[in-house]
Amino acid sequence: MENASSARPNPADPPGATAAPAAGRPTSQAPTNSATSLESPLTLLVNGTAHTVTADHRASLLDVLRERLGLTGTKKGCDHGQCGACTVLVEGRRLNSCLLLAVTQDGARITTVEGLAGQDGLAGQDGARASHPLQEAFRNRDAFQCGYCTPGQLCSAVGMLAEAEAGFPSYVTPPGAEPTGPAGLSRAEIRERMSGNLCRCGAYVHIVEAVEDVAGAVGADGTGTSTGTSTDAGRPADAGEVAR
Amino acid sequence: MKPFTYERAATPEQAVSSYAARPGARYLAGGTNLVDLMKLGVERPEHLIDVSGLPLDRVEHTVDGGLRVGAAVRNSDLAAHPAVRRDHPVLSQALLAGASGQLRNAATTGGNLLQRTRCPYFQDTSVPCNKREPGSGCSALHGSHRDMAVLGHSDDCVATHPSDMAVALAALDAEVELLGPEGRRTVPAADFHRLPGDDPHQDTVLRPGELIVSVTVPPPPAGARSAYRKARERASYAFALASVAVVLARAQDGTVRHVALAFGGLAHRPWRARTAEELLTGAPLTTEACSRAVEAELAAARPLSGNAFKVSLARSLAVHMLTALAEGGADGTSPQRA
Ligand SMILES: Cc1cc2nc3c(=O)[nH]c(=O)nc-3n(C[C@H](O)[C@H](O)[C@H](O)COP(=O)(O)OP(=O)(O)OC[C@H]3O[C@@H](n4cnc5c(N)ncnc54)[C@H](O)[C@@H]3O)c2cc1C
Ligand code: SF4
Ligand code: FES
Ligand code: FES
Repeated sequence: MENASSARPNPADPPGATAAPAAGRPTSQAPTNSATSLESPLTLLVNGTAHTVTADHRASLLDVLRERLGLTGTKKGCDHGQCGACTVLVEGRRLNSCLLLAVTQDGARITTVEGLAGQDGLAGQDGARASHPLQEAFRNRDAFQCGYCTPGQLCSAVGMLAEAEAGFPSYVTPPGAEPTGPAGLSRAEIRERMSGNLCRCGAYVHIVEAVEDVAGAVGADGTGTSTGTSTDAGRPADAGEVAR
Repeated sequence: MKPFTYERAATPEQAVSSYAARPGARYLAGGTNLVDLMKLGVERPEHLIDVSGLPLDRVEHTVDGGLRVGAAVRNSDLAAHPAVRRDHPVLSQALLAGASGQLRNAATTGGNLLQRTRCPYFQDTSVPCNKREPGSGCSALHGSHRDMAVLGHSDDCVATHPSDMAVALAALDAEVELLGPEGRRTVPAADFHRLPGDDPHQDTVLRPGELIVSVTVPPPPAGARSAYRKARERASYAFALASVAVVLARAQDGTVRHVALAFGGLAHRPWRARTAEELLTGAPLTTEACSRAVEAELAAARPLSGNAFKVSLARSLAVHMLTALAEGGADGTSPQRA
């Protein structure tokens, strides 16, 4: 074989760039064999803070975040991958935390909705930290009613914009077309790319507008990094550090 | 959920020998199907061997111009890979038609091929199901048929295989590379999944303990165009009612030099339409010829009460995609390099 190329257009790399660990898997992970134990110690780097817990292998990342770490911003809707309420960012990529066993995420860098606003604190905790632009846009556009799906929508949108930045196509991207960055996303593209997040209140129209506002701004400032602001979530450079 | 032990395999060989040594073991990749089924009590592993971190996470070019896709490559990354988008749009589109952005970020090539049926009775441990409990009966046979098979089903199981990716791989003449306790072997993707017969317990020809290592896709036939279309109950994030993968290459005079047609959502496995392909090959590609060929293929359909609509849906999808690709129209794909 020749010309090996990465399977993984990491949000940090141009598509086809080389060398990356398996998606969502921390580089620090060593092979392990807790072949006789039903639980394992694990360290999760959540919103910049390291937490070490011993978790039953059956525990989902969602349950560990909510019940062990007290981070209840991430919501449980269906617990079966069908609603997106539990979406978090793992190494900058959006994933459903209800279908991830916590034990598989030892060493992972995770961003939850609590970490979107500021690098080392909870959103609004000290009143000084600026909201993430997407949080701002959701408020401006009134992109929620009950708010239950909102943390998942926000994390998903951050991950989605990083994917667009990395050149990921979607089902509605014309087959031959060069993938556009965030600024080129039509409403049809945003709807398709956000289809993994359901909203029982039907706030979809405003959610699409809010995402569109931020996607456009990403293109406008030319840097493409404003979706990340000060957080370690979804910022293309963030995943890059891990990849190299 | 039953408690279980967990290990992270370092090499494919180690994963295979661990599996052989541990009764009740299962390989874990993205977990988007296995963890779901464990929550439902359908899967009750005693030991999980995590294969998502194996060094099988790359897409490589093979010497003959094809691609070798590692089993741990994530669905989203494979769909975005420049060589896949350029040479095999049908594969990229099929992947993007499946699940959601979040799920595709976790789901792997190996796990996608081995995902279980979405038959609601299979997922409900309180009712009989031959696939889950061999010999217990099939609840779907006299149940709701809407999402069930119209081709190749038996009285023992009428379920469909849910993967979109597998349908594209069947049309692409891809091969699945396996590593087992007895060594390596290769199986054509189109023959990897089985028909249920009287043994619906087995979804595939995989032998106990075998690990999917990679999937190889041969180079596209010269001048080939390819595409995937999926009909579902909502525009996105839903399984196929029916879907079709088409690869088409025509000679200078417009006759069909190569055609591969595969249906999803209709059977216990991706349905490669060999009858239609034979009728089309060498003939001029008119709408009438397409209709006749697809009609001949679907003559074998035996719809259940409540899903005859799938046959006409599949017919229109296939005829539409064949003619769209022939015209190189908007619904087809970018012209390929010759
Ligand atoms: C809400 C929802 C919607 C979905 N919609 C779609 C859809 O529209 N289209 C579609 O195609 N799919 C859909 N899916 C299914 C999804 O694509 C699969 O769950 C996914 O591809 C499975 O991959 P995984 O890596 O997560 O597998 P896992 O869940 O980790 O594993 C699945 C099976 O494969 C086995 N396995 C995994 N890797 C290997 C290997 N290398 N060798 C041997 N055995 C292995 C495991 O033991 C297990 O039995 C949907 C899923 C959900 C939850
Ligand atoms: S159709 Fe197959 S999977 Fe569904 S209940 Fe019958 S035997 Fe089980
Ligand atoms: S709670 Fe995870 S997708 Fe619904
Ligand atoms: S705002 Fe209520 S579910 Fe979305």
